[in-house]
Amino acid sequence: MEKSREYAIEVRGLTKQFGDFKAVNKIDLNIEKGMVYGFLGPNGAGKTTTVRMLATLLEIDGGTATIFGYDVQTEPKKIRPRIALTGQYSSVDEDLTGKENLVMICRLMGFSRKDSKKRALDLLEAFGLFDAANKQTKEYSGGMRRRLDIAASIVVTPDLLFLDEPTTGLDPRSRNQVWDVIRALTKAGTTVLLTTQYLEEADQLADRIAVIDKGEIIAEGTATELKASVGSGMLHLTLKNEADRTQAESLIESSVGLVLSESSRAAEVLVKVEDPAIATTILNHLAEAGIELVTFSLSQPSLDEVFLALTEEEEA
Amino acid sequence: MSQLESVPANKVKLQDAIVSDKRPTPPTAIQSVGTFAMRSLLKTKHTPMALMDITAMPILFLLLFTYLFGGAIAGSVIDYLQFILPGILVQTVVQITVYTALDLNKDLQKGFFDRQRTLPIWAPSSLVGAMLFDTIRYSIASAIMIVFAMILGFRPQAGFAGVILAVLVLLVFSFSLSWIWTVLAMKMESENALMATAMMITFPLTFLSSAFVDPETMPSVLESFVQINPISFLVNAVRGLMHGYPVAGDIFWVLVSSFVLLIIFGPLTMMLYRKKN
Repeated sequence: MEKSREYAIEVRGLTKQFGDFKAVNKIDLNIEKGMVYGFLGPNGAGKTTTVRMLATLLEIDGGTATIFGYDVQTEPKKIRPRIALTGQYSSVDEDLTGKENLVMICRLMGFSRKDSKKRALDLLEAFGLFDAANKQTKEYSGGMRRRLDIAASIVVTPDLLFLDEPTTGLDPRSRNQVWDVIRALTKAGTTVLLTTQYLEEADQLADRIAVIDKGEIIAEGTATELKASVGSGMLHLTLKNEADRTQAESLIESSVGLVLSESSRAAEVLVKVEDPAIATTILNHLAEAGIELVTFSLSQPSLDEVFLALTEEEEA
Repeated sequence: MSQLESVPANKVKLQDAIVSDKRPTPPTAIQSVGTFAMRSLLKTKHTPMALMDITAMPILFLLLFTYLFGGAIAGSVIDYLQFILPGILVQTVVQITVYTALDLNKDLQKGFFDRQRTLPIWAPSSLVGAMLFDTIRYSIASAIMIVFAMILGFRPQAGFAGVILAVLVLLVFSFSLSWIWTVLAMKMESENALMATAMMITFPLTFLSSAFVDPETMPSVLESFVQINPISFLVNAVRGLMHGYPVAGDIFWVLVSSFVLLIIFGPLTMMLYRKKN
């Protein structure tokens, strides 16, 4: 009974209003099956509100949203068995042990008593929580609790997993563990919608990214596309012989006609390039002229720069 | 997944654990209610101090009322005990029905229900499961109070069977009453606000009833309120069943008010639960 073959999530004009405040304002989304989709934005941008509407936990005020072709408003019962949500706040029971928490979720999913115990122990093992299996989760660290929370979400591997700021407040080691879990999930074919405040996280994990600010999507694309959409890249050339510098500079100016940036190091030449293809041209010209290089690199603007540039545009 | 069966637990890798193609059929309502009742049991196991409200508190109340008011109201402590035990039993159990809602309120604040709501289960399972377990707590509280009172000299005229029937009527009413508090739990921002509001309702209801004194001794305005207070019917029903003069009317009205509470506040709770964001 698959209605939509290619998209896990399709959203048109999705809106949520709290009083006068438009938390989410007419957003559109197409999220393909099997991808990790990153929702990048600052606190209060509308990320969580959007996720909660898509996870059938919050009523929508305008527009439409379908998950695997099913309408979130009229067919939530068709959607719920296929999705899972790990919220920003832990939804495990602090009074229970890690094992008791997972066994409970297994039982609620319909596993037999015996299978529940087995699945719970397997997951605890896989998530590095085996030694803490019989500890109350209130004694867990933030990272352990988050992992248990994610484990609880995948007791039955979901087709679509919502992860709302899964690494906020975690130390780098715990964060890497959560990232490993996300990568393993996508290998298994699960579509992941991930919200994050961290540009690096979106860059590392997401196949596509939507930058969301004040309830609106202000940019959408792959990390590379987003970086390319703002500002130019920078070509760093380190010459083998400092003496070649003048020749190299004039060659570059005459061939591609670009302004050279100042560099503090005598052997280094910096060139602003709008298009990576130009870098290739420059390298070819230098090679033809017999100018040898020690290193060269083409750096893109970081996602931080992209994000700031995009949100500043909004302000203006 | 057969792989899951053969691989020893300590060798299971992240990838293997995640790739589970097992999709069991969703549990029946009875199974999911049972799972949530088990959750309550486990919580109690981990925090035994929570049992104070059903062990130490009832005994304390019983001693206080019997010896503080016994002489003054009935002239004799033993006579008053025969009269007051059913009253104080009802008061104690009615008070502890609020605890279900307190736990619910905590769960709501912590986001525990976000996951529950995307699970393929009968929606009221979590509440009904918690309440069923609480019914066991009410039974334990009742048993402790009755046994302790008997040590002090309480003698139910209707014997064991009468006591059991009386407690059953009390449990039915308490289960239904719980749903008022769950409605409040959905609406209240904090546990403290919920507790205060619930106390403001239970205190007048239990004291302005036939629980502690004969309504005929009260001013007429008060008496007419006491006569229609459902708690009075409950106290009279429990008292009648224990002492062997059950009044069908009292029992009938207790069951009617239980039913009315349940059909109003049960669906109302679930409606608010579904709307809660």
